[in-house]
Amino acid sequence: MSRHEQPKRKPRPVDLSFTPEQQAFRAEARQWLRANVPQQSLASYDTREGFEQHRAWEAKLAEGGWSSVIWPKDLGGRGADLNEWLIFEEEYHAAGAPMRVNQNGILLLGPTLMEFGTPEQKARFLPRMARCDDMWAQGWSEPNAGSDMAAISSRAIRDGDEYVLNGQKTWSTRAVFANWMFGLFRSDPQSSRHHGLTYLLLPLDAKGITIRPIKALNGKQAFAEVFFDDVRVPAANRIGDEGQGWNVAMATAGFERGLLLRSPARFQRTAARLVELYRRHRAQADRDPSIREAVMRAWMDAEAYNLASYHTVGRVAKGGKVGAEASTNKIFWSELDLLLHETALRILGPRAELSDDPEVHEWQEGFLFAQAGPIYAGTNEIQRNIISERVLGLPKS
Amino acid sequence: MDFTFSEDQFAFRDAVSRFLMTEAAPELLRDIWETESGRSDELLGKIAAQGLTALSVPEADGGLGQSDIDWALLAQEVGYYALPDSLTDSACVAVGVLAALPAQHALRSAWLPRVADGSARIGIGHPVNPWVADADLAELLLLVEAGATTRLHALPRDQVQAHAQRSIDASRRLVALEWSPQPATCIAEGPAAQAMADAMLDRAALCAAGQLVGLAQRMLDLSVDYVSQRKQFGKVIGSFQAVKHHLADVVTKIEFAKPVLYRAALALQGDEPQRALYVSHAKLVCADAALTAARKGIQVHGAMGYTWEVDLQMFMKRAWALDGAWGDRAFHRQRLGAQLLDGDAPLGPGATFNL
Repeated sequence: MSRHEQPKRKPRPVDLSFTPEQQAFRAEARQWLRANVPQQSLASYDTREGFEQHRAWEAKLAEGGWSSVIWPKDLGGRGADLNEWLIFEEEYHAAGAPMRVNQNGILLLGPTLMEFGTPEQKARFLPRMARCDDMWAQGWSEPNAGSDMAAISSRAIRDGDEYVLNGQKTWSTRAVFANWMFGLFRSDPQSSRHHGLTYLLLPLDAKGITIRPIKALNGKQAFAEVFFDDVRVPAANRIGDEGQGWNVAMATAGFERGLLLRSPARFQRTAARLVELYRRHRAQADRDPSIREAVMRAWMDAEAYNLASYHTVGRVAKGGKVGAEASTNKIFWSELDLLLHETALRILGPRAELSDDPEVHEWQEGFLFAQAGPIYAGTNEIQRNIISERVLGLPKS
Repeated sequence: MDFTFSEDQFAFRDAVSRFLMTEAAPELLRDIWETESGRSDELLGKIAAQGLTALSVPEADGGLGQSDIDWALLAQEVGYYALPDSLTDSACVAVGVLAALPAQHALRSAWLPRVADGSARIGIGHPVNPWVADADLAELLLLVEAGATTRLHALPRDQVQAHAQRSIDASRRLVALEWSPQPATCIAEGPAAQAMADAMLDRAALCAAGQLVGLAQRMLDLSVDYVSQRKQFGKVIGSFQAVKHHLADVVTKIEFAKPVLYRAALALQGDEPQRALYVSHAKLVCADAALTAARKGIQVHGAMGYTWEVDLQMFMKRAWALDGAWGDRAFHRQRLGAQLLDGDAPLGPGATFNL
């Protein structure tokens, strides 16, 4: 092929400008947030008081139509596209708005309901979820089913129009204050691994349920063990077919976990705070040149995560799928979150251990939470297995 | 907002990739290494026929008029095949310098068409590098004179003295130059020359970054091939998690280096205020991806990776060489730090595309 045979190629600058519609969307979000973001920061949502404050904030977000912007309007969303989602997240985190208390429901259950739920189930659960009328806890992990989720043994045995649940879930985030749970249960006692599992929704005040809070590293009740003793759940609360629970749960896992679980704006905001912290305490920080280097690396990684997200959103907008990014993203943001907080504490030096120091507090809390990042939502080791098997085509171990 | 490439751009990249796969195969590279010049005019002719040498040359000067974002893709291919030619120096960086000269400047009409048709190479010298690559074969040298006043000079090859320097990468042809700036050789001075020198550096660093991430991908591919065949303990070693996780880490480095490279290319193309910040960011993360791929690559190759025979070495050595070229890590960290931590770079959500 010679140069002359090639089709004439017009320069096409990759378009980095926001459209007037996107700019208007940004302005609207900014204006609403400016008027509504609480002046005082809320208490931790892993306390009763903080949970109620966060729930009220979610209700307010929903009132403004901002609680789950990419959901369809008739289900309580805004019908926004993914670029608008990125814009909203930028404005949200720039405004210093509170952490989102119901993301497990919105990101993990919401899309599953939209894809597999009956019209009745969607109408019943989604608008209430968007308004945080219902708070959802997840019921995946069990004492013997962590990274190996297909080892689930909690049972849901069909009895007429109901399932009868026995067994135990654990690491159930927010289950202490939630009123509903979504999860996978073994409906075929003869089955093994990912066969014979059924996806169920159940109210946490049902008879036979015992919730035992687990204190997390920060001393708060961030998750719970949930015990089932002949708990009866209507078959109408099943999503998808009996025995198809694994496929139902996995079908939507990539997109939400891969892209939406941690928006880049959150890390950019933390990186900006880290740079400001470094500038304020420069003399102290520069005693160790590797601190300055770590600040730069943290900023670079937050920026790279943002750029990678815009790139992925652009691909998805053209019909692409979120594939391996789900796993590379998980590894990248969880390690970034550790780096951001570790570096901040290094700058703070001996003060870093003081929990009540106002300049330290948020960094210390974030540092503790960051320890969980490489573990939850699929450990980073599992993610590396997924990358090597599904991207590189290497054989299973 | 669409931070992706068009089908067109990918199609061109794929065509170039297929071309280099056959024309720049590892055996051929090894043969070329053994020659004194380390270059093949025949190969350059074929590259020119593909349109690569004309890519950046403005249409008015007989080229294709493409820009830095296209090179962000193509430089990866140049790296992936460890092309034994300083193609990007001539066709991207030197062309960028010449194209910044006034429209009627004699150097433009004299050299741009010759770079475009592959009949001339141009060497570029910048104070950030102690050496000039391929200066022996270049017919023209564009050299930055640093000092109280920055000047840019254009010298024909016969006005400089060249002393060859051996590189760890046998395909590199580095030269220490002796030359004396003369008023007659000066083509720009003062702020104009400084701007051209800065653009030369950023464009060359971007090309090096693109090659580095391409090299990372090649070393990853070679490593995957190797661990998929080599058996120990009765299994292919690619089934062992310790081996798999090494390579998964390389995938992650590459995934998060490429978007930075593309952002930097666009910042350069648009001459944005944060251009230097993004270019340094790109050079650092692309080098990191390549160096990680080299280290993990040789590890999973076992003793074979330490041999001359296995191709991995060619790509590792290019990566090690480019890591220090057009600004080593210290240079780019310093520059990034100055802008980010000591300067007024925009920070926080929304800053990335706040042009």
